[in-house]
Amino acid sequence: MRFHELIRFAVGAIVAHPLRSALTSLGVVIGVAAVVMMTAIGLGAQQRVTASISGLGSNLIVVMPNFQRGPVSQGAGFGLSLRDGDAEAIAKQVENVEAVAPDVNTRAQLAADGANWNTRIDGVTPDYLVARDLEIDKGRMFDEREARQGRKVAVVGATVARELWGDSDPIGRRVRVRTVPFEVIGVLKTKGQSGFGQDQDDVMLAPLAAVRSRLTGRRFRGDAVQTIYVKAADADSLDRVQEDVTNLLRERHKIRQGEDDDFATQNMASILQTMQQAVATFTVFLAAVAAVSLVVGGVGIMNIMLVSVTERTREIGLRMAIGAKRRDVLIQFALESVALSMVGGLIGLTIGVLGALAVAKLAGWPAAVPPWAAPLALGFSMVVGLVFGAYPSWRAARLDPIDALRRE
Amino acid sequence: MIEIRDLTKVYLMGEEEVSALAGVSLSIERGEYVAVIGPSGSGKSTLMNILGGLDRPTSGTYQFEGEDVGGFSDDELAEFRRRRIGFVFQSFQLLPRLTALQNVELPMIYAGLDRAERKARAAELLDRVGLGSRMGHRPTQLSGGQQQRVAIARSLANRPDLLLADEPTGALDTSTGEDVLKLFEELNRDGLTLAIVTHDPDVAEQSRRQVAFRDGLIVADKLNGVRA
Repeated sequence: MRFHELIRFAVGAIVAHPLRSALTSLGVVIGVAAVVMMTAIGLGAQQRVTASISGLGSNLIVVMPNFQRGPVSQGAGFGLSLRDGDAEAIAKQVENVEAVAPDVNTRAQLAADGANWNTRIDGVTPDYLVARDLEIDKGRMFDEREARQGRKVAVVGATVARELWGDSDPIGRRVRVRTVPFEVIGVLKTKGQSGFGQDQDDVMLAPLAAVRSRLTGRRFRGDAVQTIYVKAADADSLDRVQEDVTNLLRERHKIRQGEDDDFATQNMASILQTMQQAVATFTVFLAAVAAVSLVVGGVGIMNIMLVSVTERTREIGLRMAIGAKRRDVLIQFALESVALSMVGGLIGLTIGVLGALAVAKLAGWPAAVPPWAAPLALGFSMVVGLVFGAYPSWRAARLDPIDALRRE
Repeated sequence: MIEIRDLTKVYLMGEEEVSALAGVSLSIERGEYVAVIGPSGSGKSTLMNILGGLDRPTSGTYQFEGEDVGGFSDDELAEFRRRRIGFVFQSFQLLPRLTALQNVELPMIYAGLDRAERKARAAELLDRVGLGSRMGHRPTQLSGGQQQRVAIARSLANRPDLLLADEPTGALDTSTGEDVLKLFEELNRDGLTLAIVTHDPDVAEQSRRQVAFRDGLIVADKLNGVRA
């Protein structure tokens, strides 16, 4: 008995009942499609999280005040523990630091040439571009001198430029922030959405001193800053720099041993890792839920195979009478089940890949069908066919030929 | 060719033991044409199942050309059926989704013949049973007599030593039944050993030797008169 003849028997039986075979495979089609889609969507989300967190700036440490420390809010400026001096000290004293950028920010209404737009305004120094991996698309960034003097100049994000001036060049235009006029000297290169759905191009940068004195009012009086961005020279020194910054700030803030910091440092790499883990867990969870439908599909195959064995009892008896061994019958039915399942798997794979691409397109996510999706889907459907075909095939093989031939 | 000695077969029907064969001894020589007759329940079908290697005796010996078939394993029995035995059933037992040609090919697939060889031999056999023009027909497109002739062609596929027919004319009308018997006659004349189970005396008359069963025992074993 040759194996390829058994395959022909199995295919013949499947083709003999096209509708029934299609409906039987449907469970596996849905199961495999669901697993492929969920995995692809999960991986897409993971890639997007990675891209957006890296987009915030690579090798970046963010230093913020620790608001949890004090008992209750105590009025303007409370909790803003960071000062210009802290940023300067980090730049001077911590090694392997590429850029240090203090930041104060607020939201305000912009008005220019008859258009209005509400956006986030960051008061920064020129190093901010380095720290956050930003680039200038048109015009220029303000320089150290302009920053120090608190000149009323602005660099706007692509969204702000589009909302206020449409297609025309914003360089040299005036924009009023609340009542204060600023001159636009540059436009940032677009960065797109962040992983949290924020438009990273919806922003205006202006000299720290100007924002502090003109826009944020009493909140940032004196030399308080909201955030300090510290960019380490490379990924390897990230942890070391984070530790050094923490120690330096504890010292400067005169925090005694055992006392909590009045600031918090966040390492973008560790945030990235956490987020990736979360998304990966979520992906596995989704795929596991989808895999349940694959099991349901397998049960469907088993059900139909049992019906088929009962229906074809006489055929089995005849095959045995003309010389089929029990093993031949077993393999024939197992192959039938595997073939049903794998055809389902193939169709499910196709649907899953197309579905993942469609979802990616609709949601604007990167499509991430992993290369191992195909062998995985086919392998899984083969296993499902084998597992759920085993019992019906065994039932067929163990029939008594005399009883089987007598069955009506 | 066939030697059976003190063959018994006991079935368990619920709690009760039923003896289908109660100690049967019989020899069949190569080239014989034997009709096994008797009322239903007499044990004749059980004997045929054991002769064909579909069933095993409870006790006694069954030797086929010196081989102890009674002691064969399942796989050995399957191989024995494939190589030595051709079955013809009352209800034909053709696979409905296969054509006449494909039905005849089936035993040769299990014998491992390649496609071209199979097709050629199946066509030759269908020609021999007078169905050369019906090879592409499915069983439902054939009359009962034609279906039985396809089944006979199938039984001959692997050149059996013994053809076993269980009520081969039972589902046919008299004239098509006679055609089938004529075919058996021809096959026997060409040297094939035949054993037919029947309860129809007319059918039994066509054979060369009649073995009569009653209650699991042989009650008569006689040669038919030599016909012209």
